[in-house]
Amino acid sequence: MASTPTDLDALVAQKYQHGFVTDVESDTLPPGLDEDVVRVISRIKREPQFMLDWRLRALRHWQTMANPDWAHLRIAPIDYQSISYYSAPRAKTDGPKSLDEVDPKLLATYEKLGVPLHERARLAGVAVDAVFDSVSVATTFKEKLARAGVIFCSFSDAVRNHPDLIEQYLGSVVPYADNYFAALNSAVFSDGSFVYVPQGVRCPMELSTYFRINAANTGQFERTLIIADEGSHVSYLEGCTAPMRDENQLHAAVVELVALRDASIKYSTVQNWYPGDENGVGGIYNFVTKRGECRGANSRISWTQVETGSAITWKYPSCVLSGDNSVGEFYSVALANHYQQADTGTKMIHIGRNTRSTIVAKGISAGRGQNTYRGLVKILPSAEGARNFTQCDSLLMGDKCGAHTFPYMEIKNPTAVVEHEATTSKIADDQLFYSRSRGVSEEDAVNMIVNGFCKVVFKELPMEFAVEAQNLLAVSLEGSVG
Amino acid sequence: MLSIRDLHAQIGVRKILKGVNLEVKPGEVHAIMGPNGSGKSTLASVLAGRAGYEVTKGTAHYLGDDLLALEPEERARRGVFLAFQYPVEIPGVNNAYLLKAALNAVRKQRGLQELDAFEFLALIKDKMKLMQMDESFLSRGVNEGFSGGEKKRNEILQMAVLEPKLALLDETDSGLDIDALRVVATGVNSLRSPERAIVMITHYQRLLDYIEPDFVHVLSDGRILRTGDKSLALELEKRGYDWVKQEASAA
Ligand SMILES: Nc1ncnc2c1ncn2[C@@H]1O[C@H](COP(=O)(O)OP(=O)(O)O)[C@@H](O)[C@H]1O
Ligand SMILES: [Mg+2]
Repeated sequence: MASTPTDLDALVAQKYQHGFVTDVESDTLPPGLDEDVVRVISRIKREPQFMLDWRLRALRHWQTMANPDWAHLRIAPIDYQSISYYSAPRAKTDGPKSLDEVDPKLLATYEKLGVPLHERARLAGVAVDAVFDSVSVATTFKEKLARAGVIFCSFSDAVRNHPDLIEQYLGSVVPYADNYFAALNSAVFSDGSFVYVPQGVRCPMELSTYFRINAANTGQFERTLIIADEGSHVSYLEGCTAPMRDENQLHAAVVELVALRDASIKYSTVQNWYPGDENGVGGIYNFVTKRGECRGANSRISWTQVETGSAITWKYPSCVLSGDNSVGEFYSVALANHYQQADTGTKMIHIGRNTRSTIVAKGISAGRGQNTYRGLVKILPSAEGARNFTQCDSLLMGDKCGAHTFPYMEIKNPTAVVEHEATTSKIADDQLFYSRSRGVSEEDAVNMIVNGFCKVVFKELPMEFAVEAQNLLAVSLEGSVG
Repeated sequence: MLSIRDLHAQIGVRKILKGVNLEVKPGEVHAIMGPNGSGKSTLASVLAGRAGYEVTKGTAHYLGDDLLALEPEERARRGVFLAFQYPVEIPGVNNAYLLKAALNAVRKQRGLQELDAFEFLALIKDKMKLMQMDESFLSRGVNEGFSGGEKKRNEILQMAVLEPKLALLDETDSGLDIDALRVVATGVNSLRSPERAIVMITHYQRLLDYIEPDFVHVLSDGRILRTGDKSLALELEKRGYDWVKQEASAA
């Protein structure tokens, strides 16, 4: 237990070295990955047989695969046998007991971000129940959803309580064999979120992991599955909206979305995992597979992401547009400062007729950050009348950073209309001087210009999120000029 | 108010200002004229604090303080305003947003309360009418897609809102048709006051028909070669700049 943490990074490092195995010995598996480990995870979670079988198939497949190296990233080798694949949520005794015990520096950052007090406490790892009544918040929330017939629970609960839905949809968008990290996740995923919105229901509120407080520590291999049944609508916010100085190194999540006929899913992410320090030491490897399928006609899936954290981000939220007239959207802001590396983008796979997709990607590079947009627009022969519009803009701050764009297109139907626009600009000294000569400070001017650059994406975010995203950019860019 | 003594400035190794002297008092309007490339914009840029210029000799004092020691935003907050010859575009940043941030920065410096959105809108609407600008300009990106004339009007709008003590106008008249010129001149004239000084850089006498200067200076090859009243501008219009140079080198 860290009683008087004075330096956050030290605290994080300390936890990483010692906390994992020693503090909660009985609930933590020793490092290493084999079939026994997978069996133990499944047993601890009291999963049905089909779930264990699926995990084992995933593991066996993963063992035949090699770490991918195609992304524009420098990745130190990861020793998968040195990671522990199961750790029960940290016992409440090992975190700070009240806000007074939390590093003031961390609290100051939260304050700047405008994170509500109880949320700050949760993010800092304080035993939340002690500070505010989390139970009642969660309960009112649950009742409202239950009345609408919406299922919103942890993945583990869903496996136990709705095995039929899980069996039907799990892996139906991202098969376990999809890629290296998806296979790994499928074998060992610890927990995550599950959403089912029944036919014709408009989910009465934005769903966010924040309300499902018990899932705050789902760890490094989360899995999310969202099913929007015919004619339903749901907006889901995935948020780590404040610096969650997570001790984990590898974060390999999988998100699957299924939209049936006339359904729509809006999935918004503000990701701010620990990016490492200004020398590139530490930080999260964020290797995430996110994909949605517009399975039914006239369905719509919209991804909006603001990625400011992580040492390395490897993430391509994609849409498979199977249903006729279905719509896929991807709006992204990715920031790479200091030694951060971001390789992100999307895939739009047009299968149905008259399918449409829009891609707007904004990359900001500062310090020695490297930002890559990688996108694929694939139009299959069946996709008569498909359309895509892609716009990728890069903003460079300083001359030690980089921006790279890899837009791939595979067009197999001659009726397709595909438009692509790309720009790269330096944050112009002219713009900075112009703003400063009107009395605006240099730091505010940078934030203003960067926010202007990102505006079209921010406006896709739910209101509160947009404000947080702006603040987050400001905090992430602190000290990047001058 | 502004006192420039023997100012020398260069970009890299290239010497551009070679000993400028200029005294500007409150209430005065000065016109600086001169051939292309003589250093007029450089002088304005150095006074506003643009990076990339090295002052190798001389001083510039503003209200008694060493102007050149201040950051650009500090100069602006103390009442120095530069209307740019080439205003830049800042995509996605609301024109109104920048202007409100600027106004509040200046007000803060003056010990005034910051304005909220409603107070700001009330204030700016009148000024926009004066500049004959449609309110839709407020929600557009700063200078984004503005025509040349609209950009210049926007500069004077900013000046009207910020109410500087010392306004430097760099070729605000160039690229304007006669109607736009009249609008811009009306805007500038409405800001003439005994507390405010205006320094206009221009190529053409025609602006001076609308905004009458107290002094006209000829800047050539980095030096002020001649100073006179508004009749000097008329003479320049008729005879060009060469005779000024010749007389100066003869002297
Ligand atoms: N960034 C620069 N680098 C090198 N020379 C420059 C630069 N900017 C201006 N100059 C030169 O300095 C001289 C003065 O320019 P300027 O002050 O813009 O003149 P004016 O405004 O009187 O037309 C010109 O010869 C111009 O080419
Ligand atoms: Mg000029």
